Amino acid sequence: MTNDGASPKLTYAQIDQTVLDTLRPATRPYWITIALLFLGVLLGAACWLYQIFSGIGVGGQNNPVAWGTYLINFVFWVGIAHSGTLISAILHLFRAGWRNPIARAAETMTVFAVCTAGLFPFIHLGRVWVVFYMLPYPTQRGLWPNFLSPLMFDVIAISTYLIVSSLFWYTGMLPDLATVRDRSEGLRKKIFTILSLGWTGEHEHWRHFSRTYLFFAALATPLVISVHSVVSWDFALGVVPGWHTTIFAPYFVAGAIHSGLAMVLTLMIPLRKIFHYEKIITLSVLENVAKTIIFTGLIVAFAYSTEYFMAWYSHNVVELETFRWRAVGDYSLQFWIMVTCNTVIPLLFFFKKIRTTIVWLFIISLIVNIGMWFERFVIIIGSVAHDFIPHAWGLYAPTAIEFGIMLGSFCLFFFLFVLFVKHLPSVSMTEIKETAHAGENHGG
Amino acid sequence: MTPNAICTPPHDHDTYRWSMVVDLDKCIGCSACTAACYAENNIGVAGLEQVLKGREMSWLRVERYLDSDYPEKTTFLPMLCQHCDNAPCEAVCPVYAPHHSKEGLNNQIYNRCIGTRFCSQNCPYKVRRFNWFTWETPSPLNLQLNPDVTARSKGVMEKCSFCIQRIKFAHGIAKDENRPVRDGEIQPACLQSCPTGALIFGNLMDPGSRVRKLAADPRAYQVLGYLNTKPAVIYLKKVLPEI
Repeated sequence: MTNDGASPKLTYAQIDQTVLDTLRPATRPYWITIALLFLGVLLGAACWLYQIFSGIGVGGQNNPVAWGTYLINFVFWVGIAHSGTLISAILHLFRAGWRNPIARAAETMTVFAVCTAGLFPFIHLGRVWVVFYMLPYPTQRGLWPNFLSPLMFDVIAISTYLIVSSLFWYTGMLPDLATVRDRSEGLRKKIFTILSLGWTGEHEHWRHFSRTYLFFAALATPLVISVHSVVSWDFALGVVPGWHTTIFAPYFVAGAIHSGLAMVLTLMIPLRKIFHYEKIITLSVLENVAKTIIFTGLIVAFAYSTEYFMAWYSHNVVELETFRWRAVGDYSLQFWIMVTCNTVIPLLFFFKKIRTTIVWLFIISLIVNIGMWFERFVIIIGSVAHDFIPHAWGLYAPTAIEFGIMLGSFCLFFFLFVLFVKHLPSVSMTEIKETAHAGENHGG
Repeated sequence: MTPNAICTPPHDHDTYRWSMVVDLDKCIGCSACTAACYAENNIGVAGLEQVLKGREMSWLRVERYLDSDYPEKTTFLPMLCQHCDNAPCEAVCPVYAPHHSKEGLNNQIYNRCIGTRFCSQNCPYKVRRFNWFTWETPSPLNLQLNPDVTARSKGVMEKCSFCIQRIKFAHGIAKDENRPVRDGEIQPACLQSCPTGALIFGNLMDPGSRVRKLAADPRAYQVLGYLNTKPAVIYLKKVLPEI
């Protein structure tokens, strides 16, 4: 890991100017994009309302596959959320300077992806109107939630993650909010005055700020590991072959970071192009993300092969049949999409030419996103569709309502993200300056 | 299999541990049990379209197994909730909707269920049934609904209850007469309608009960017993005609 992320050629004023330019009044295409994304959100909401009034049956779930795209999307979005904190917290603790230009946008991706993910357990519920039964509130009947259930672990893990990553995101933004306040007028100045919490940039503020940021990074780091481990236990603590395995926690964490890094590339490449961030989010930053994707892809490949080894080694007929069917059965297409997109195609990043070509980076990042969605399909659908009792085997296919809600979730995520990039500083001016400073002193 | 292996559950049972024995030698696969269960328990009729989507609501199904060595021979296996002592469905529910009674029943509390469907996914026997919609009972079918059984609406999970309404009824009479429930006094609907007497219901804690004696039969086994779910439904293996 090197400190070659930010270009030392930019002066502090140029850094400020590049970032502040992104906050200029938006043009018509921007508002059209916002409107279209909002329409998508409304479409998803309409599908959900229809489902609430009709019943979960408007989706494709059945017996034996009672969990469908809602939980696939839940795990998918939680996975996307992970790389943000990896980049902003873990790489901060490791002093990896290349993460500075993308840390803010990645952390924002985390917050919005957790928000999107958090909707799906609600969408999934048969009776969402009594979801408060999951809260530990005092009742006359002395009923309490079942803390043995992995779903309760989820509630705790996801809400903790959302709170910590939102606070981390906001804290890191304070000096930048003050910079925006100082350079703006009118209503915007009033709003940013409140948001920047009276930041004046005096020595004491900086001292508290850097301590707090470090402590938040240290607090957020174990959460990167814990949240997706907990999500994996939704499956690993079940008895179903294909779910019930001890490899799931590290396997899911690696997969989450794999998909999250791919989403970082998917978001950063258009961002740097549209907002002229080329001198800040340099090619070498993207290249470093690509190198990390090779690493996570290899971990995921190792996990896939370990599952097969364990199935063979167990001599358990049900386990063997599950994994045989996974590769050659009804969902073999999804399985091979998963294997190819997640483990084979990212290996192309071994070629320097490919990992330094923007078009290739973008295409491969999309492919990994698709592959990781199908990984969740293979695990969540494929395992229960073909478990213990042959008489109960069955298949599942998503319906238009499910696709509508899925489209709505993607629109919601991009809607929030597109709003963010135009209204808050999407690159951390503070951290870019730190890197630029470090580069001068230590000679890079 | 020794009766002890079946009778020693992790839960403390108070006098009763309800159990069913299914004699596969006697099952002729007529599905009268399934029909009786529908009528007794107000089970929703999903209709052809929904059944083809895998949404049949039957609490009890008759599985057919064909043996390629004996093509003329079919083994029927009635599959219903196994009322496991170590039930995979109970641990995963975030709100305790599947509740384990002190008599060993796995009770589904409909008005507590929020519809996560985790119990169904974790059930190795796949006997839980989810209400994908509120099923309709168009007139005059509404007149045949059993008033002793709750009607379920969309979004909740349901499954075989061992006809708990009949168990409670027998308990009531026994209490009035100041005696324990007698062996054979409780007849779940499936058992009542079985023409060959393939189903036997009773109390495993009672050393003199029929189910207790049959549990000691050399043919006795539990489906997927190796998962250690400790089912209360004990099957008597079909003796194949190769002798």
